[in-house]
Amino acid sequence: MIPELGHFALVLALGVALIQVFVPAYGVWKRDPRALAVATSAAQTQALLVFFAFGCLTWSFVYSDFSVAYVAANSNLELPMVYRVTAVWGAHEGSLLLWVAILGGWTLAVSIFNRRLPADITATALAVLGTVSVGFLLFMLLTSNPFDRLFPVPLDGKDLNPLLQDPGMVIHPPMLYMGYVGFSVAFAFAIAALVSGRLDSAWARWTRPWTTTAWLFMTLGITLGSWWAYHVLGWGGWWFWDPVENASFMPWLVGTALIHSLAVTEKRGLLKSWTVLLAILAFGLSLLGTFLVRSGVIVSVHAFASDPARGVFILGFLTIILGASFLLYAWRAPKLASEGEMTLFSREGLLLINNVFLVVASASVLLGTLYPLLVDALALGKISVGPPYFNAVFLPLFAPLVLMVGVAATVPWKRAKLSEIVRHLRMPLIIAIAAAIVVPLYIHGHAPVAVIAGGFLGFWAIVTAAQEIWRRMRAKTTLSAGLLGVPRGVWGMSLAHFGLGVWALGVTFVSSYSVEKDVRLSPGQSIDLSGYEFRFDGVEPHVGPNYDSDYGTVTIEHHGEVVATVHPEKRLYRATQQMMTEAAVDHTPLRDIYVALGEPLSEDASHTGDWALRLYYKPMMRLVWLGGAFMVLGGLLAATDRRYRLTRAAEANFAKNSAVV
Amino acid sequence: MRTLFLLLALLPSIAGATMAADVAGMDTSQEARYRTLIHELRCLVCQNQNIADSDAPLANDLRHQVRRQILAGESNQEIMDYLTQRYGDFVLYNPPFKMITLLLWLGPAVLVLLALVMAYLFTRRTRKPSTATALDEEKLRKLLDENK
Repeated sequence: MIPELGHFALVLALGVALIQVFVPAYGVWKRDPRALAVATSAAQTQALLVFFAFGCLTWSFVYSDFSVAYVAANSNLELPMVYRVTAVWGAHEGSLLLWVAILGGWTLAVSIFNRRLPADITATALAVLGTVSVGFLLFMLLTSNPFDRLFPVPLDGKDLNPLLQDPGMVIHPPMLYMGYVGFSVAFAFAIAALVSGRLDSAWARWTRPWTTTAWLFMTLGITLGSWWAYHVLGWGGWWFWDPVENASFMPWLVGTALIHSLAVTEKRGLLKSWTVLLAILAFGLSLLGTFLVRSGVIVSVHAFASDPARGVFILGFLTIILGASFLLYAWRAPKLASEGEMTLFSREGLLLINNVFLVVASASVLLGTLYPLLVDALALGKISVGPPYFNAVFLPLFAPLVLMVGVAATVPWKRAKLSEIVRHLRMPLIIAIAAAIVVPLYIHGHAPVAVIAGGFLGFWAIVTAAQEIWRRMRAKTTLSAGLLGVPRGVWGMSLAHFGLGVWALGVTFVSSYSVEKDVRLSPGQSIDLSGYEFRFDGVEPHVGPNYDSDYGTVTIEHHGEVVATVHPEKRLYRATQQMMTEAAVDHTPLRDIYVALGEPLSEDASHTGDWALRLYYKPMMRLVWLGGAFMVLGGLLAATDRRYRLTRAAEANFAKNSAVV
Repeated sequence: MRTLFLLLALLPSIAGATMAADVAGMDTSQEARYRTLIHELRCLVCQNQNIADSDAPLANDLRHQVRRQILAGESNQEIMDYLTQRYGDFVLYNPPFKMITLLLWLGPAVLVLLALVMAYLFTRRTRKPSTATALDEEKLRKLLDENK
């Protein structure tokens, strides 16, 4: 009965979501405060209903109710408990439910924290979120119901995809979805601004913390995904420019642009309509991403054509949402006149150029992702667009961005003096160049031009970010006063830019100095790689909870000392009979050693024979994710700046006073 | 980072790479070329995987093919041409520059130029015309001259 309750809750949620759309919309139209007030209660009810449905599906997984088709397809009696809970979002139907539940969470948050906003703005925003919810609930109920029953009931389930039975997969999808769906809040505020015709600094101030929060979750989600792929897929890579990766990267790039243009809109009252357009685009790309991964077009244009119900629904929904938004934008945006003038050589000017590069980068990723699909759909042949293309296109767009990061934080608003900027940046420039040459030479003994260039970009971002904090701290007398005196927003910005530099350093080093080796070893045999001695100690059979594995042991020595003993595995999951490579990684902040177990190479396939192993030495690999972590932390600090809370209180006072008058 | 969705469809071919000791008999530069090539060639039967990372039988065959041709002294271009002839452009992760990929390769450059010009025009437009009258310019010049 629990699944039926869940199903029923979804149907009810759809009904309440419709109320959440139409009643407030009527209220905005007729200026009826009672109808406006419905938005909050409808939104909260809808969110709770969706949470309840999510709970029901989780319950079905925990108690292994295989009469639910989705549970039977994605769980198993042997599946450990933690993966039963995460299996809820392990496939199509459940991940949609997660999508809607997270949308419910954001909606709930908006309804709680924005009670102080003008009623019509809140009501419009909640109605927009309700519209999105209606779309996804309909999609689920019509094409992808997670509560569909199965008869006859199987004795055991088919098990969760082994690739997803990994700690990285426990939190990666919810974090990524928090980001995807979080951009719906910025989108809802953008639509509310267009509808009300009010777009001022106060609007930008409400929207900024929401957008930054969505962005930080998305950053976290992408970083976790990269980390997961690295140690689960067994090819030692951390990014492949796969369409599903691009699907999350495109909204991230536009979201990053949005964060920066919101700053300009708040501080200078400029770029208003551009900011609104970015908010629409960021969410549009989130929906497009959902379409790309959910419709099957990526697998093949033809797969999409053969089972079109899901794809056509999302495409239709995407068209309606974006079409309506762009129409509204074309109609109302010209009224959002920006006041004041803008020069290119000022902070706002550089932020505009930053936006140019971020948006073009996103458009290029989109072009590369969709191009093969278009060529195929137009019957012009079949082509592949892979990492060589994306790297070639992305690098020239990325380098100017990092260069500007250092400059833009120093350049004042309105108008900058070149001589002053040069004076400020002389020192960081010298330090960055010196570090870019010295550090690789010191660690690796040789420094190709690519490393010096990439290293310069990384150090440049790091040094200028540190300088920004230092510059503000120096004004204070004591260290603690200095540290506390720097506003959180500035800490956030500097940390995020610092993280960008750390990331760039990691990417540069790992792509230039990585060494890999495919070897054949018999137990007891050793091999040298980059000064590390790998001794293969053999493979033993091992029985896991729901898999059997070949459990390898490799001892790693450096300068005659044992630095690590690692255990690469090859697992055979019993229910699905799928093989999985579990690479073993030993890492320090400065290097990763990555060992993956290949095939047994001896004829009798016994465990005592030779094995193929793949060994990697990857310097500074951790920096790639550490950079992401700094960005997340920066986002966290920026989103919780006291400014937003204070102004909210001030606005509340203002609203109260004006209500009395 | 490949998210969960797609993996469901493509599991059989993704589960880990074959790690045969392919590079036996190659010198350092040949080995480097081999690594570059196998990372830029697509495993045609897999879901978006190169032949270096896939352990599908076809990927294995292609790797051996590349290896044989490198050891036979053929250039990268000759190997790519051979494979393109057999499998079409689909096998190349680095799409060749030709009529059909014109937009793909030039698109980003055109976009960035266009966007920069638009940004520049935008900043020109925001400048208020009233501040740039002839009289003002004259005054300004005088002031500047005085400061010299």
